[in-house]
Amino acid sequence: MQSAAVATDFEQDNPLIAGLERLPVRPTALVIFGATGDLSHRKLLPALYNLAHEGALPERFELIGVSRSEFSHDEFRNEARESIERFSRRRPDQNVLNGLLGEMRYLPGSFDSDEVYGEIGKTLREFDERASEPLNRVFYLSTAPQFFPVIASKLGDAGLSECERAETRIVIEKPFGYDLASAQQLNAQVLEVFDESQVFRIDHYLGKETVQNLMALRFANALFEPVWNRNFIDHVQITAAEDIGIGGRAGYYEGAGALRDLVQNHMMQLLALLTMEPPSSFDADRVRDEKLKVLEAIVPPSPGDVAAMTVRAQYGPGTVGGKRVTGYLEEEGVDPHSRTETYAALKLHVSNWRWAGVPVYLRTGKQLARKVTEIVVTLKPVPHLAFKNIGSVGVQPNQIILTVQPDEGVSVSLGAKIPGATMRIRPVNMEFRYGTSFLSESPEAYERLILDAMRGDATLFTRGDEIIALWAIIDPILQAWKADTTSPIPQYAAGSAGPAEADALLDGDRRWRRL
Amino acid sequence: MSEDVWSAQDTNPDAIEAALRELLRERHAANQGLAPARVLNLIVVVDRSWKGEISNRLERVGRYHASRTILCAVEDGRDTLDAFAVMSYDERAGIGVIREQVEIDMGPEHLTALTTIVDPIVIAEIPTVLWSPHGHDEAVEALRGLVDVTLLDSDDAPDPVAALAKAEDELNLAYVVDLAWLRTTPWRERLAASFDSPGRRASLASLDGFVVRHEASSTASALLLAGWISSRLGWDIRPLESANGSGLRGRAYTNSPRYVDIRLEPVDQSVPGLAGVTVGWQREYTLSLDRAQGGLHAREASPARGEQGWLVLGGSRGEGGILGEGIRQSHLRDPTYGPALRAARELSINVG
Repeated sequence: MQSAAVATDFEQDNPLIAGLERLPVRPTALVIFGATGDLSHRKLLPALYNLAHEGALPERFELIGVSRSEFSHDEFRNEARESIERFSRRRPDQNVLNGLLGEMRYLPGSFDSDEVYGEIGKTLREFDERASEPLNRVFYLSTAPQFFPVIASKLGDAGLSECERAETRIVIEKPFGYDLASAQQLNAQVLEVFDESQVFRIDHYLGKETVQNLMALRFANALFEPVWNRNFIDHVQITAAEDIGIGGRAGYYEGAGALRDLVQNHMMQLLALLTMEPPSSFDADRVRDEKLKVLEAIVPPSPGDVAAMTVRAQYGPGTVGGKRVTGYLEEEGVDPHSRTETYAALKLHVSNWRWAGVPVYLRTGKQLARKVTEIVVTLKPVPHLAFKNIGSVGVQPNQIILTVQPDEGVSVSLGAKIPGATMRIRPVNMEFRYGTSFLSESPEAYERLILDAMRGDATLFTRGDEIIALWAIIDPILQAWKADTTSPIPQYAAGSAGPAEADALLDGDRRWRRL
Repeated sequence: MSEDVWSAQDTNPDAIEAALRELLRERHAANQGLAPARVLNLIVVVDRSWKGEISNRLERVGRYHASRTILCAVEDGRDTLDAFAVMSYDERAGIGVIREQVEIDMGPEHLTALTTIVDPIVIAEIPTVLWSPHGHDEAVEALRGLVDVTLLDSDDAPDPVAALAKAEDELNLAYVVDLAWLRTTPWRERLAASFDSPGRRASLASLDGFVVRHEASSTASALLLAGWISSRLGWDIRPLESANGSGLRGRAYTNSPRYVDIRLEPVDQSVPGLAGVTVGWQREYTLSLDRAQGGLHAREASPARGEQGWLVLGGSRGEGGILGEGIRQSHLRDPTYGPALRAARELSINVG
């Protein structure tokens, strides 16, 4: 019997991948710079373990950890084992874990040392020889940001930015730049060595299932598209609230602040996905083209507008979860005269045909009343309320609420009749929670992103021009805030919903949604 | 996990459905954070005497529980329905999911009209999966219009040829998830990966050997794997013959002048499924993958490089995991199972 027609040009297509959920990843060597750091221990190594457990790593997979700590291979493996056992989302199978750890190498040294790169090159060549083919290379920069250009440049000097008959990629953690100028400079430094197609700038929010589901919700449902414009939408609120302080991260946070920490990257990505036009396909560049277009349609505030369009604040002492907490200026490691914001709220406009006149409000802060990341799309009120005269005080505009964390899901608020003889209306929620509708649990964002980087799929990574567009929106605010050294920084009580000044950002009868 | 339970003797489907609604209403009134899962109905038809064993298997599926499981336990001589419903939830979670399981003891005479018992109890408008591991063909027939997916295990039947024939019959009537096919998934993934690099991909046109090592009762899985590669590569296959009691052997013809030597070899293994696979090409090259601790042990032999070995990492799902995966797969559609099944049947046509 001759079986059904299949692809016979095997050199072009692999006929064996049809129907498989997990597509092959080419043999890869992953080099993690900053392998002994917090991100590596909490996220990267556990993500790699979970990929190994699921059989998702390439058939040939090698890992080199690079850091300044003077560890032997075995000491690094022991540290990695401890991290994986502590932070993995599933209890490790010791056989798989031993297999993964057994292949790990560790190279100690300074990131600006030529010797380190010589050793990396030598080890990679050993791997190639052992596999009898050149492995793809992924260099993962999980270091302090000042080392990003150094490492990129040294990789180029050592001839490691490309490899004959294999792909070489560089993954760069956030923050990508400190402001517009530094981001442009970093982009230029990285692109001097690597082609844009080799560069994978991580924003781990994009690896979250719910963030990707934002695209599914918009582009796989005819229900929303007709109302997704200025004719029906009154305004949008994007909130990323945290109920914790800065912890032991004063050193980082004092230099960053809320605007750089969350708004410039995660929240602006949410805004882009929410407002972009449908891409013609889900290819990396088609999606990123649409995100870029909408980001470029956001007019950055002029210096004179910053005060009217933004609010910054710091948390003062207060009570969170029944516990008294100190204010930001009393936190260990924080300059008592610091002007770093722990809260930022913005009003932005997307100046295009779809969104003209629809304000988008963003707020983020630490030590707020509740931990929640959500997008709230508020529709315009109905044009005529027939029930007005018979007690309809509860009628509210519809809202579409997309919760990113902690309880991932979508809810829609609707007006419904209160049971009884009279026509009284009040809002009710129609809720969809991921946990009730899918059998599988979401993989960690880093699992998806590491795998995508190894595959060369850049859809969920930020392109160079996109990162510049993001900074171009935020930079005028940073500059204006930096220039203003005298106005008092508003304070809000820890455990509250934020500063009262943020209420003034909202026009007319609009109110921030309760945290 | 916490549980709310209800039971009744000599009951009827309306009473069972009403009891489920009441359990749900009471639980929701007590804790609004709990919502019923609404993903999948699973109907399981079993012999009453094996109900415990099947319940244990369902317990071990982990996070891939169906939303509402209806376990129909068939007992000779019974002419009434006894039912037991349990609603499970984790009250410690802020927002949690409730799962429901109903066990209905019934007699053989209920099976021909099983749809009238089960239809009022399934959750409407979500996929319904049927698993009937102990046969009960009249129940399968009765539920035909109600179910979207048939879950079966071709490795479970004593006669793999009959099992594959039955699977093909079912496939003509509903979407089939075959656990024997799922046991081949890691092997299919690894073979696809092994031949994915452009240089290696060309070798697919010159394969000359395909050996599958399998646990003795998993001939169906082995046939499906051989059927899969045959169908994917467009081989012109010939029926396998018994190899003097040591498995099956046969040939497939390709576009090249060579033929492919196909062998299925039973080996000792403590768990069902495949034990290893060896692929040969251009007479001189072989790649073997064999079960090992922590994944698959890969061995490659070539004239230039001799033999090399390495570990391909991966954790075992176990048999509980296979059933869970079967439930999860009910939401997906694999277009390669049908061609693989038909090729497997063609390969096994002379197997007695």
